[in-house]
Amino acid sequence: MAGIPHDHYEPKPGIQTWLHNRLPIVSIAYDTLMIPTPKNLNWMWIWGIVLAFCLGLQIVTGVVLVMHYTPHVDLAFKSVEHIMRDVNGGYMIRYLHANGASLFFLAVYLHIFRGLYYGSYKAPREVTWIIGMLIYLAMMATGFMGYVLPWGQMSFWGATVITGLFGAIPGVGPTIQEWLLGGPAVDNATLNRFFSLHYLLPFVIAALVALHIWAFHTTGNNNPTGVEVRRGSKEEAAKDTLPFWPYFVIKDLFALAVVVMVFFAVVGFMPNFLGHPDNYIEANALATPAHIVPEWYFLPFYAILRAFTADVWVVQLVHFVTFGIVDAKFFGVLAMFGAIAVMALVPWLDTSSVRSGRYRPKFKAWFYLLCIDFVVLMWVGAMPTDGIYPYISLIAATYWFAYFLVILPLLGVLEKPLPQPATIEEDFKSHYANPAE
Amino acid sequence: MFRKIAISAVSALALMTGAAFASEGGHVEDVAFSFEGPFGKFDEHQLQRGLQVFTEVCSACHGLKFVPIRSLSDEGGPHLPEDQVRAYAKQFTITDKDTGEDREGVPSDNFPANTGAGAPDLSLMAKARAGFHGPYGLGINQLLRGIGGPEYIVSLLTGFTGETKEEAGSTFYENHVFSTGWIKMTPPLSDGQVTFADGAPNDVKHMSEDVAAFLMWTAEPKLMARKDAGFKAVLFLAVLASLLFLTNKRLWSKVKGKKLH
Repeated sequence: MAGIPHDHYEPKPGIQTWLHNRLPIVSIAYDTLMIPTPKNLNWMWIWGIVLAFCLGLQIVTGVVLVMHYTPHVDLAFKSVEHIMRDVNGGYMIRYLHANGASLFFLAVYLHIFRGLYYGSYKAPREVTWIIGMLIYLAMMATGFMGYVLPWGQMSFWGATVITGLFGAIPGVGPTIQEWLLGGPAVDNATLNRFFSLHYLLPFVIAALVALHIWAFHTTGNNNPTGVEVRRGSKEEAAKDTLPFWPYFVIKDLFALAVVVMVFFAVVGFMPNFLGHPDNYIEANALATPAHIVPEWYFLPFYAILRAFTADVWVVQLVHFVTFGIVDAKFFGVLAMFGAIAVMALVPWLDTSSVRSGRYRPKFKAWFYLLCIDFVVLMWVGAMPTDGIYPYISLIAATYWFAYFLVILPLLGVLEKPLPQPATIEEDFKSHYANPAE
Repeated sequence: MFRKIAISAVSALALMTGAAFASEGGHVEDVAFSFEGPFGKFDEHQLQRGLQVFTEVCSACHGLKFVPIRSLSDEGGPHLPEDQVRAYAKQFTITDKDTGEDREGVPSDNFPANTGAGAPDLSLMAKARAGFHGPYGLGINQLLRGIGGPEYIVSLLTGFTGETKEEAGSTFYENHVFSTGWIKMTPPLSDGQVTFADGAPNDVKHMSEDVAAFLMWTAEPKLMARKDAGFKAVLFLAVLASLLFLTNKRLWSKVKGKKLH
């Protein structure tokens, strides 16, 4: 697809042309920064900049932490306390890094749900969406391995539980688990490889982010109407768009300042609120904590993992049909990864020709239910597995799959969408009186 | 509508915490510690009293292996004069890392570990326990009252019922705040046990509060510096956000004009 027509960088004779003929880096920077952006983007389009900030923050604070951290089972916990007590500003750097992970995931969830509501995943932006899902997976791996590094009780037992998931794969599972751990149980080898990968993956994420941006700069941004920018001519496109600099850079920076202000309030005044007290107890292979709970950002998928127990008929049916190969534990693992897989496949599961949820009355109701469902899953993921909670998990997990696999495909056929504005300009003018007119 | 949902989702997320179930003991009483809240500060006299309780009572069985003795003279801590800290360090016998021989402690040593009685190290205890939970796993109580580690310590120290039981050759003391209801620790404090130089009350409740405050400091020695940094950052970002808001408004006014709805 051709990009949105706009003015390109024209190197002046002399040094500019000299460099441009050898490395058109200024041209690329110019086109990236001046990309025509739909002028009706609302405040849900700010999470991208917050995410970019988070990645930068995590890398910078992380690199400094590594200078003082020791990845060894006997020294890791102690070196974290060394950072908290002896390193200049170390307590701030560590709390920024730990809470930075929470901000990162909060922003990515809002970013994903914005995409789900406004149909940002639909053609021609499927590749942007898929890359985004890969970034999300890499973030989860990074977050999980980072949580292991302080070598507290939740680090150790979280690592034991999550690597145990791979052990549930029939046949090769135990071998894979041992390969991941570097031994029969979570130990020094595990800590070392997690440290190595925790340092590597953020740079993989950075590369994927570059591809993500490249992909949506090729197709152009989606916008709240879901109507495409007109591309007939430069003049036509200019009616629907404004250049990214300065309009969206300043808007995004304002939003970022507000978000980061709240973030610093959390870091400064309640840095341990989102953590778990047990992680201030040094890892002990002989004492299992009463409740092993993952970090809040994993809870929705942890809830789905635990929802499908051996007494659910679907699990029993699958167990029977596969001659016992897929047992309840493996079913749970498949469900957890499946929950992310169905989200990744949403460009092909949503059959509606209308992109934005704004013009899909029935879709809206189901979407809001999905948002509630996600919060319920997050809550129930931290609750015990007795009483009424398993039923809530099961219902909420079922809705997650039903939304992507049943409701979205059917809605496209059954729903009668509302009329969409013909152009972005029309939508924009229905909200604001242009001072020029 | 979407914005409203987004806002409520954010606040719901903010209220969530996985930290809700660390130890499900009995009721933990809230204590109004001086170091709570965004502007809370440690009371250095209370920390000094807490240090005295720790030294005279707790240190018989518990260690503070992550805490450097020198930090007793830090501002934002007990803030003892350096000569007192040197004198304090001398009471400990330290096995020197380089020579392998025993010597008197110096301020650059850490408090010794104490594993003889099988008692846990107390360096981080005030952050390793949660006093408040829920309701319904929502974490609201922790948001309003704090996580409650120091409160847990106070309630534990004052929570002995006086009942004992023998099991497998050990004596257990009933304490509803402890996760299993029975703890191996002998009730450590009794009224008037420690005499404070400043004449502060020395009943069990007050001594417990003093030592809990001291343990909060050992767990989070940079608490005051952190709150200060947080406050400055919030203030700076509030000004920055205001300026960016005005810049943004002015920038877009040329494009937007008046809002119609």
